[in-house]
Amino acid sequence: MAALRAFVPPLAIAVAIVLAGVAGHFAGPLWGWGVAGLAAAGALASFWLATHPVSRAAAVPDQHPARSRGGDAWPWLALLSGIPDPALMLDSRGVVLGANPAAASFFPNGIGRHISLANRSPELLSAVEQALARGSAQSFQVRSVVPVERTLVGQATPLFGQQKLEPTEPALLLVIRDHTAEHQIAEMRADFVANASHELRTPLASLKGFVETLQGAAKDDPVARDKFLAIMALQATRMSRLIDDLLSLSRIEMREHVPPTDRVALAPVIADVVAALRPLAEKANIVVEVVQGATLLGEGVIVLGDRDELAQVAQNLIQNAIKYGRLGGRIEVAISRRADRAQLSVKDDGIGIAPEHLPRLTERFYRVVPKDSRERGGTGLGLAIVKHIVNRHHGVLDITSKPGEGSVFTVRLPLA
Amino acid sequence: MNNHIVTSYDAEFAELDRATAEMGGLAEKLLADAFAALSRRDPRLAASAAASDGDIDRLERQVQERAITMIARRQPVANDLRHIFSVLKVAGDLERIGDLAKNIAKRALALSGETHPKPLINGLGHMTELALRQLKDVLDAYANRDGAKALMVWHGDAGLDLLYNSVFREQLTYMMEDPRTIGLCTHLLFAAKNIERIGDHTTNIAENINYLVTGVVLSDPRPKNDDTTSLLLRHRPMDAA
Ligand SMILES: Nc1ncnc2c1ncn2[C@@H]1O[C@H](COP(=O)(O)OP(=O)(O)OP(=O)(O)O)[C@@H](O)[C@H]1O
Ligand SMILES: [Mg+2]
Repeated sequence: MAALRAFVPPLAIAVAIVLAGVAGHFAGPLWGWGVAGLAAAGALASFWLATHPVSRAAAVPDQHPARSRGGDAWPWLALLSGIPDPALMLDSRGVVLGANPAAASFFPNGIGRHISLANRSPELLSAVEQALARGSAQSFQVRSVVPVERTLVGQATPLFGQQKLEPTEPALLLVIRDHTAEHQIAEMRADFVANASHELRTPLASLKGFVETLQGAAKDDPVARDKFLAIMALQATRMSRLIDDLLSLSRIEMREHVPPTDRVALAPVIADVVAALRPLAEKANIVVEVVQGATLLGEGVIVLGDRDELAQVAQNLIQNAIKYGRLGGRIEVAISRRADRAQLSVKDDGIGIAPEHLPRLTERFYRVVPKDSRERGGTGLGLAIVKHIVNRHHGVLDITSKPGEGSVFTVRLPLA
Repeated sequence: MNNHIVTSYDAEFAELDRATAEMGGLAEKLLADAFAALSRRDPRLAASAAASDGDIDRLERQVQERAITMIARRQPVANDLRHIFSVLKVAGDLERIGDLAKNIAKRALALSGETHPKPLINGLGHMTELALRQLKDVLDAYANRDGAKALMVWHGDAGLDLLYNSVFREQLTYMMEDPRTIGLCTHLLFAAKNIERIGDHTTNIAENINYLVTGVVLSDPRPKNDDTTSLLLRHRPMDAA
């Protein structure tokens, strides 16, 4: 009898949760599961448990920590796995008793230990503490900046109010949702506007200056007019490149917290990029050589990645190698496999980079010689873009340089 | 009930680790908020960040008291003693990190009315990011007793030093070019120095984890840079989950 009672109600909860999810879907079109849905799930669970003291009591007498962790008291583990967002069950001491599969990536190796050893954000910990102390649900928001920017919202729902429990009994449901995308949209927009207005101000002022000169002093001077128009065209091109680059940076940042899942062979991507940049290299009389892994011609190097983004990495690095390379020099692009990593390196024999600048290159708008780079049509965003793409791919960027002799930019990526 | 005693002894250790993790979480947030307050010129955030340092101090005292009680009551030897001492040292370094980050928050408060030069803030932002990465990795390493990761952090501090040198140079140049910015730049210079010091304390924690895991003290000097400068921009731990 007790067994039957223990069996039926969770099913009812599961249905209720699904309904809550559907309701949330209509309430907020962006997210199927609003925080309201999470609250409903927690509230339903505690409501059911409060109104079914018999089945809980039936479960308690033979309860042993190890077995309650396995979930034979009442099937809370099944309940967790019915929640699409990361969800965990904690006991009244804050120890994690179990988690659903969605929680695995947020809380690696956390089971059986205090929640703070898996996630130590003060907002989350204080919500857990307050929920247990007050016996009422607490919601929280966590913003973190490393390794990628992330915003989590969640709710800690105590299951039995302030009722006294055995320390190892399930006591608190913790449900978390990744809110990074919504947060980024707002943040990026502000960022974009700030950066764009800051960086466009100077070229715009200079354009205006030329226009005024053309309307005034240089009105009837065809030589000056041609010269000015050429400069203006260059400025305008740079401004539109700046906007393109800023947009592409924003787009990459938006999805930086979502790792790519396609299998991409590096060799053909690199070959395309090199072919496209050949005319630019020829103008500087530079030879671009592609060296592929000693064994497999490089075709074997397949990574988990985003094809377009990887092409953008190669393009920015090779373009830099041409821009800051030696006239009549040589660029070596190598693809290889190192242990569990794929490696792409771009080596030039150009001006090189002084050590004090090396750590700074991936900062937005950072240029060793700002004027020089600007004259070459640079925006100073190329390596910032590379950094964010590599970051999204869980990769590593390594820069080595000897001033006067050249630089090597190496990207290491996880193999597929 | 022999079993019972062992369990509660374990629970006391778990409690030490929990308090340390909590301190770490507060320190991470304090540093992130302090820089955000500085770059956005947000006096309210600066004030609330500075205030959270009190929580870190309170937790450190808690860790100290617990550790002393454990030593007195249990008279631990070998591994257990090593564990307790490591926790004490880690808590001490986290408390210092909290102080240094609070110092940045106070500067943010002082500077909230000023417009500051974007390139200088970018450099500080980069330093903060690197310091936060190091801090996160070292705290993860502590929670998981991951000696290899701790060693990676230990080596990684060289990158932060290099960055600091570059930012320092840039700030000096800026001051010399425009003496009106000296007052402002001095604040930013100290903020950079504070972040660099946070990196040193993070390295201390890495050393303690290594000691805790291996029992061996790291003593050889960290690798020096020659004229070929190499820089590993580790945007994500290699073994990230
Ligand atoms: N291969 C290289 N050799 C020497 N210096 C380099 C090299 N690659 C980059 N740099 C330096 O790093 C700075 C930043 O590079 P980044 O690609 O981000 O910007 P950029 O090339 O100036 O502009 P963009 O790529 O947006 O057109 C450059 O201005 C240049 O000073
Ligand atoms: Mg470039």
